[in-house]
Amino acid sequence: MGKKLTARKAPEQKIGSLVAILCIIALYIFLFCLDNVLPASNGNVQMLITVLKKGAIYALVCVSMNLLNGFTGLFSLGQAGFMLIGAYAYAIFAIPADQHSAVYQYFDGGAIQFSIPEVLGNVLGKNGGAFLGALICIIIAGCVAAIFAALIGIPVLRLKSDYLAIATLGFAEIIRAVFQWNGLGKITNGSNLLRKYTNFNDIQIQVGGTIFKLGTIFPFFIATLSILIIVLLVTSSYGRAFKSIRDDEVAAEAMGVNLFKHKMLSFVISSFFAGVGGALLAMFQTTVQAAPFRSSMTYEILLMVVIGGIGSITGSVIASFLYISASEWWLRFLDSGGVTLFHTHFNIPFFRDGFRKVVFSVVIMVIVLFFSRGIMGDKELSFAGMIRRLRGKKAVPAAEGEEDAQ
Amino acid sequence: MSAWISANLPYLLAGISVGGQYALIAIGYTMVYGILRLINFAHGDVFMVAGLIMVYATASLPIYISVILVVVATVLLGVVIEKVAYKPLRSAPRMSVMISAIGVSYLLQNCALYFTGGLPQVYPNIPFLSKVVQVGPATTKMVTIVTPILTLVLVFALVALIKYTKVGMAMRAVSRDFETSELMGIKINNVISMTFVIGCFLAAVGSLLYFTNYNSVIPTSGAMPGLKAFVAAVFGGIGSVPGAVIGAFIIGICENIIKGLGWTVFSDAFTFVLLIVILLVKPTGIFGEKATDKV
Amino acid sequence: MKKILALLLAGLMVFALAACGTPAEPAETEETETTEATEATETAASGDTIVIGVYEPLSGDNGAGGKQETLGMQYANSITPTVDINGTTYNVKLEVADNESSNDKAVSAASTLIAKGPSVILGSYGSGVSIAASDTFGAAGIPAIGVTCTNPQVTDGNSHYFRICFLDPFQGTVLANFAKDELGASTVYCLGQLGNDYDQGLINYFKQAAEGLGMTVITDSFPEGNSDFNSYLSNAKNQGAEVIFAPTSISYAQMIVDQAAAQGITMPLLAGDTWDSNVVLAATQGKDVTVYVTTFYAEGGDVDFENGFKDWINGDSTNLANNGGDDMIAAVSVMGYDAYYVALEALKAAGSADPADVLAALPGVTYTGVSGEIAFNDIGDAIRDTAFVKQANTSDNVWDFVKVQSVAE
Repeated sequence: MGKKLTARKAPEQKIGSLVAILCIIALYIFLFCLDNVLPASNGNVQMLITVLKKGAIYALVCVSMNLLNGFTGLFSLGQAGFMLIGAYAYAIFAIPADQHSAVYQYFDGGAIQFSIPEVLGNVLGKNGGAFLGALICIIIAGCVAAIFAALIGIPVLRLKSDYLAIATLGFAEIIRAVFQWNGLGKITNGSNLLRKYTNFNDIQIQVGGTIFKLGTIFPFFIATLSILIIVLLVTSSYGRAFKSIRDDEVAAEAMGVNLFKHKMLSFVISSFFAGVGGALLAMFQTTVQAAPFRSSMTYEILLMVVIGGIGSITGSVIASFLYISASEWWLRFLDSGGVTLFHTHFNIPFFRDGFRKVVFSVVIMVIVLFFSRGIMGDKELSFAGMIRRLRGKKAVPAAEGEEDAQ
Repeated sequence: MSAWISANLPYLLAGISVGGQYALIAIGYTMVYGILRLINFAHGDVFMVAGLIMVYATASLPIYISVILVVVATVLLGVVIEKVAYKPLRSAPRMSVMISAIGVSYLLQNCALYFTGGLPQVYPNIPFLSKVVQVGPATTKMVTIVTPILTLVLVFALVALIKYTKVGMAMRAVSRDFETSELMGIKINNVISMTFVIGCFLAAVGSLLYFTNYNSVIPTSGAMPGLKAFVAAVFGGIGSVPGAVIGAFIIGICENIIKGLGWTVFSDAFTFVLLIVILLVKPTGIFGEKATDKV
Repeated sequence: MKKILALLLAGLMVFALAACGTPAEPAETEETETTEATEATETAASGDTIVIGVYEPLSGDNGAGGKQETLGMQYANSITPTVDINGTTYNVKLEVADNESSNDKAVSAASTLIAKGPSVILGSYGSGVSIAASDTFGAAGIPAIGVTCTNPQVTDGNSHYFRICFLDPFQGTVLANFAKDELGASTVYCLGQLGNDYDQGLINYFKQAAEGLGMTVITDSFPEGNSDFNSYLSNAKNQGAEVIFAPTSISYAQMIVDQAAAQGITMPLLAGDTWDSNVVLAATQGKDVTVYVTTFYAEGGDVDFENGFKDWINGDSTNLANNGGDDMIAAVSVMGYDAYYVALEALKAAGSADPADVLAALPGVTYTGVSGEIAFNDIGDAIRDTAFVKQANTSDNVWDFVKVQSVAE
């Protein structure tokens, strides 16, 4: 911790960043194959795609929460609220005009009568419109969430530790109620589902006569980009200011760090990316509704951050992929009434619906109690660090910033 | 006038009744926070588990034995949670303990989901409490009348306990200054266990009253009442038992008035608006003592 | 510390790998490679098993109803476990996925189901989850047959979604007619759950029909997870309502019935198909309440089916528990039973287990089931014009048949 990556460009770091870039390229090629080459009807491919998409989205949301909780030391529990704002902002601007009467069936077709992907589609063609439109809507989603965060931040950021936590939690609940209010129904569709907007399945390119699906790459693309920006922020002078606030507020203030300004900055940026994450989640779910963005969603994200290690970006990324894969896929067999090993089916009576979640929460408790530093602690996984370790150098704790921000 | 009363009495009755139940939960929050500076997120779920224990106990046991069993089992659960999930983290940062509390809450909800199969469980009728009675122009369950009375009796007993017994004195000492009281020879762990015993006892009583009123238990039943009770504790001044009770009654009554006015969507959100307003205007709550590190 | 960290990481990896291996196996061994078999090629169904996906809520607010609907399908599967397609006999296997009654879990549940390689999907109970999963089924090219999701949005504009039950515009009109003609109401208080497409949709169509009949309609909503209905019931009373229309999930229905009885509310409670459940019926026992429901099926419609189903339920403690602890036949079980046979008809008509062929064959499928004749219109909805009205008998724990109502009346 604390060693600046600009201080010295060791040869390991050059190789490390090269390996990281190669890995990301390899990942993207793999994702492309996953969508287009491998058979979609294969059960495992299908699950892999689902898990990877959702994992990428949660990775982004976790990193954004980590920026606030891990790097700035602001214990905020408002993440679900900002994701909700992002998801709605995205969906509202991406519903095709001819679907408005169906989606806003109780509100006379709603107040907004255009869709950004469609408007762009008229100029760029359907695929280009969907891609660029989705991108613009996602940025809008982030911006709306950030604006809300700025407004909420003014009063709330004066509070400390658990009072901040409970106040942000409260704001998330208030936001949820406001979005369900029929008075705003012409925009938010009241408490009903928003749907039919551009989702991951619509993201594709046409080369010659062949259509290539980009549905899995897209969330990775957005998540990688966003996480990269957060990494750059954390390693900049702003990042050092954030960490100083986390470690000792009084000392930070004495050193000339403007507490409120930096807290606000961290809060707004974190919310921006939570909003982006919310927009991606909306795309993933293909429908969106305010009701599920409960405080339990924030808790889940917080637990992922803790598993990964508070203050480690790579930790958050790894943890969210592990968490999503385990809960959505690998542990499903715990719910299925038994296991099949060597072609024999063993009925295990307590393997029934819900057992997966029990096992899962026990594992989480074990991590929280006995491995409270999580997978990565506050270190980062970096190729440079790995190479250094392979060479046997007892190097300083891995330099940050070069990690594989997938 | 009488028409107005008969139209509005049901809201007031429902408000007082639910307020009393929030109060019983809120005491657990406020006492634990007073001593450990921990928002015990799992407290609402302990309350829900108490409801489930009652459902399963009455399936094979007579009702009054079940009531005793519920109280005992809930108290045990609370103490076990403290020993397993909070005690090892006593020297850890406050954030870690809070995360542990969230983890316990997640675990309890998921266990409840597993045991109930995700289906709502019908709460048994406790004959005396479920009886339908007439209050002036309104008809309601006996529990509506019993709740505020029982709540007040328990609160007075608790205040007396804190004021006049040795344990109570130790609690006050610990909540004032953790380290010094340890140096003065107070057995911190016993005091903390006692706090959880009292908190969970009241939560168990609260669950008997609450679920008799709303006769259905689901794994997330405890989440909202828990949060509201916490807000009540903050509103009344965290650490103060009478404050928590008054806060709970105010929240319970206001919530029902809001529903009566037709703003049902905002009945939950109102609680949080109240929380944020109180945090910003008077962070110590109405009865709170001078705070040192809240703002 | 580093050692612990390394150990933990290693442990997680091993755990991940081990876990990764296990779940894949049951799918492949038991279904004899159906996952590969249903690849959209002519090799479809080269094995001898066809998978029908069951997409139902087995937990959450709609868990009780979803379980009963699934029971109907499982019973049908126990009677007719095979299907003949072009002279070849295939075993039919039901794969169940739980959508937890929650729209945000819908996509994950749908994906797990698609991963099992189904030829057709049945479900769901509850309109919201069906709408939420619709696009996922559509993108995978797998047809779905809605069993008791009554909101028009489920099938509207979705060429891959079909449905065998009546729709909310119809049901809402039936209920409005009933409220006016039989209950003589002029003011109705409607109470639904926020954000629940079933509740809000049915209330909306009820309101349209009721206002057309000259009634006054007051609507109100409660948030998810609410358990205090006293204030809502007081609202109904104070606003001069003569009937309360509350087409909510079963779990809320219990509380509404109980709290209405406690508040001494004697005006009739009216609800849609969700309330036709033994759980709701049990809540009315010994209480001074009047409950009317509209539903898909009235007991006594097909005695052979009923006896067989009851024997099957009583023969297995798990089934009995899933049916709510007794052998009463829920209308949703009947619908689940019919849905299974509609799926078999579609498979036969398709002549293959390929989802694309089934999708192409479905519009032309007709079937006469226990719940009546089933044929699809050009949107994919069943053509149905009757609903049954039943009243809860608060002393004998049965539903009393009231009348058959259709819109024409």
